[in-house]
Amino acid sequence: MIRKMCLGAMLALAAGAASADFAVNMPKGVTELSAETYALHMEVFYWCCAIAFFVFGAMIYSLIKHRKSAGYKAATFTHSTTAEIVWTLIPVVILLIMAVPSAETLIKLEDSRKPDLTLVITAYQWKWHYDYKGEDVSFYSSLARTSADARRKDSGIDPFTVENYLLEVDNHVVLPKGAKVRVLITSNDVVHAWWVPELAMKKDAVPGFMNEMWFRAEVTGIYRGQCAELCGMDHGYMPIVVEIVEPEEYRAWLTDQKADAS
Amino acid sequence: MSSATITANGHAEHSDHHGPAKGVKRWLFATNHKDIGTMYLVFSLVMFFGGGIMALIIRTELFAPGLQFIHPQFFNQMTTMHALIMVFGAVMPAFVGLANWMVPMMIGAPDMALPRMNNWSFWILPVAFCLLGSTLLMPGGAPASGWTMYPPLVLQTGDAFPFLIFSIHLMGISSIMGAINIIVTIINMRAPNMTLLAMPMFVWTWLITAYLLIAVMPVLAGAVTMLLTDRYFGTSFFLAAGGGDPVLFQHIFWFFGHPEVYIMILPAFGVVSEIIPTFSRKALFGHDSMVYAAASIAFLSFIVWAHHMFTTGMPLTGQLFFMFTTMLIAVPTGVKIFNWIATMWRGAMSFETPMLFSLAFVFLFTIGGFSGLMLALVPADIQYHDSYFVVAHFHYVLVPGSIFAIMAAVYYWLPKWTGRMYDEKLGKLHFWLSTIFVNLTFFPMHFLGLAGMPRRIPDYSTQFADFNMYASIGAIGFGMSQLLFVYIIIRNVRGSGATATAEVWEKPKGLEWTVPSPAPYHTFAEPPEVGGDKAFS
Repeated sequence: MIRKMCLGAMLALAAGAASADFAVNMPKGVTELSAETYALHMEVFYWCCAIAFFVFGAMIYSLIKHRKSAGYKAATFTHSTTAEIVWTLIPVVILLIMAVPSAETLIKLEDSRKPDLTLVITAYQWKWHYDYKGEDVSFYSSLARTSADARRKDSGIDPFTVENYLLEVDNHVVLPKGAKVRVLITSNDVVHAWWVPELAMKKDAVPGFMNEMWFRAEVTGIYRGQCAELCGMDHGYMPIVVEIVEPEEYRAWLTDQKADAS
Repeated sequence: MSSATITANGHAEHSDHHGPAKGVKRWLFATNHKDIGTMYLVFSLVMFFGGGIMALIIRTELFAPGLQFIHPQFFNQMTTMHALIMVFGAVMPAFVGLANWMVPMMIGAPDMALPRMNNWSFWILPVAFCLLGSTLLMPGGAPASGWTMYPPLVLQTGDAFPFLIFSIHLMGISSIMGAINIIVTIINMRAPNMTLLAMPMFVWTWLITAYLLIAVMPVLAGAVTMLLTDRYFGTSFFLAAGGGDPVLFQHIFWFFGHPEVYIMILPAFGVVSEIIPTFSRKALFGHDSMVYAAASIAFLSFIVWAHHMFTTGMPLTGQLFFMFTTMLIAVPTGVKIFNWIATMWRGAMSFETPMLFSLAFVFLFTIGGFSGLMLALVPADIQYHDSYFVVAHFHYVLVPGSIFAIMAAVYYWLPKWTGRMYDEKLGKLHFWLSTIFVNLTFFPMHFLGLAGMPRRIPDYSTQFADFNMYASIGAIGFGMSQLLFVYIIIRNVRGSGATATAEVWEKPKGLEWTVPSPAPYHTFAEPPEVGGDKAFS
């Protein structure tokens, strides 16, 4: 059994299937706002660590020192108004400190004025439709064939041998680097959500309503995301792949798309 | 009322039996708060295992990437049913069971104010859960929309749909009746001289929880009824084609849903506030402050609901408002944590099983609180929402939070209920196994969420494999460890263990420790003397 597992692991490695790297933290991402989001996340995390240090420190100290078995005699104090005020005010101050950058970043996130291009996304059970406003380019984007075959129960295909298992699609969303992309998003059926972590962008696709978000990717590359609102049976099987390319490449791609369409 | 004659000295004599009825009738027609409390607790334990088995099915499928065991639709049914059963069948009934057993004794009352309604409050639940459970066998299977039941997805549920709605109505009615009972009992039946601020914390937190229940369970009832009429009676509350809005449901649901999670944690705060002082041999620090903090949390819980909806397309002002109110809830919650630690501080602690679970509660609930604070910040929440980071957060506050508090309470009060001590060695073993495995299960989920894994998916990309495997191992370990809990309880109930005194522990405060162990079937037929040197909280 162990030998089989080792063999399988070696074969998987040999097959060299690429996937995102193992990560334990939020990505810094490739937009100015994704970096701000990451910074906010780390800032609140460090605050939590600091608070934990003091709070758990006091608790652990007490657990060790103030034991009946060590002969410690219980004190008799029952309250302290000063303490209550201090440990109410200090958290309030910390929250105020956190609230400022949070509000600032949030206000920027909501400012989708003056976009360079507009992408209209329609969510379906269970794929995405992309429409480049004003460009006459639109297409569906579904889970790639390699993943679709492997995902089936008893497919016999080891996910570790599949390139970008469950994170590859047949048609990428190609967008130009440096452009402010305004996304209008809706759904054709149930509520879905479009999420690409490297763009720090997530928005619900609500049927009958148009939601809006924006991003400006500063680094070329391929960024993968998934549907982020339970939408039925294949909620886990409708990923998103955004390809950020140089502006000339984007224009060439647009031309190709229009040529293919006609 | 059974026949009773008032004698010359004012005592009511009952001409019927003194002890409980025999056989099934005792339980079916129970009006005694102790019997009803026992039924709630047994019911909740059974539901805990039912929901737990579903969790194990989920974690077994998620053990490795690839789909090995179940169909994605069944996976969604499992996540939905797991949550519905744990929330409405395990956590809430357990706290109601503890309230039934302990609140009358803690305030020196002979029973709950409305004992017959109390009976119905309980017996509705097995019916509701048979109805809900039966949906697993129906065409289309059980509901698979998540316990949050968002439309339009929930409207795609098969034949199970009306049964889902009806069972939720039944659970709601049970909760509302129970809450009314608790409020009436606490307001009207306290021992003379027991002012409100003199009540024990468990009673206080239940009083506040009962008001929350009355306020929000009808809202849930309204929300699910609107789902019902949208599906069957041509309304369009949540259907855009008819002029409605799916997000409206989310607002109504979460207006219920957020106070609901405080309903599930406030009694836990009460339990911990009873246990830590006993085993620190020191009074609860800042009793009045703790009451005000609990009340503040309850009030604030009504104005934070949309923090579950930051990605729905809310206007900026709304996002800012809900972000600030959500951050604010950290303040009274922190006050409570500090007060518990100040209770321990310079006490003389011992670490029996109830204390161990309570200490783990303080530690691990605080971790859940930290992830909650992180989730409050909208830009960061854009990345956390609907990812495993959220799953980690709420499982930390619910499992080493609510569930550990329930277990602490059971260990603390079991000798009072049965008259015998549970096996302390086994209790400690149960504690350590549970604590280790609960952390192994849920801590990695923080990383999974940050790394980008969404929630409610039956399969995942390979970079998420390792932490999913750890979580699954932890889940299996945690599940197995709960069998030990059942064993400890059954052994104790069946008669083994040292005889317990009335006080059970070392000089605990509270009226429940002034009656014998096991507590007589009827306690406080006469109100006790309280106040002055007879401190009871």
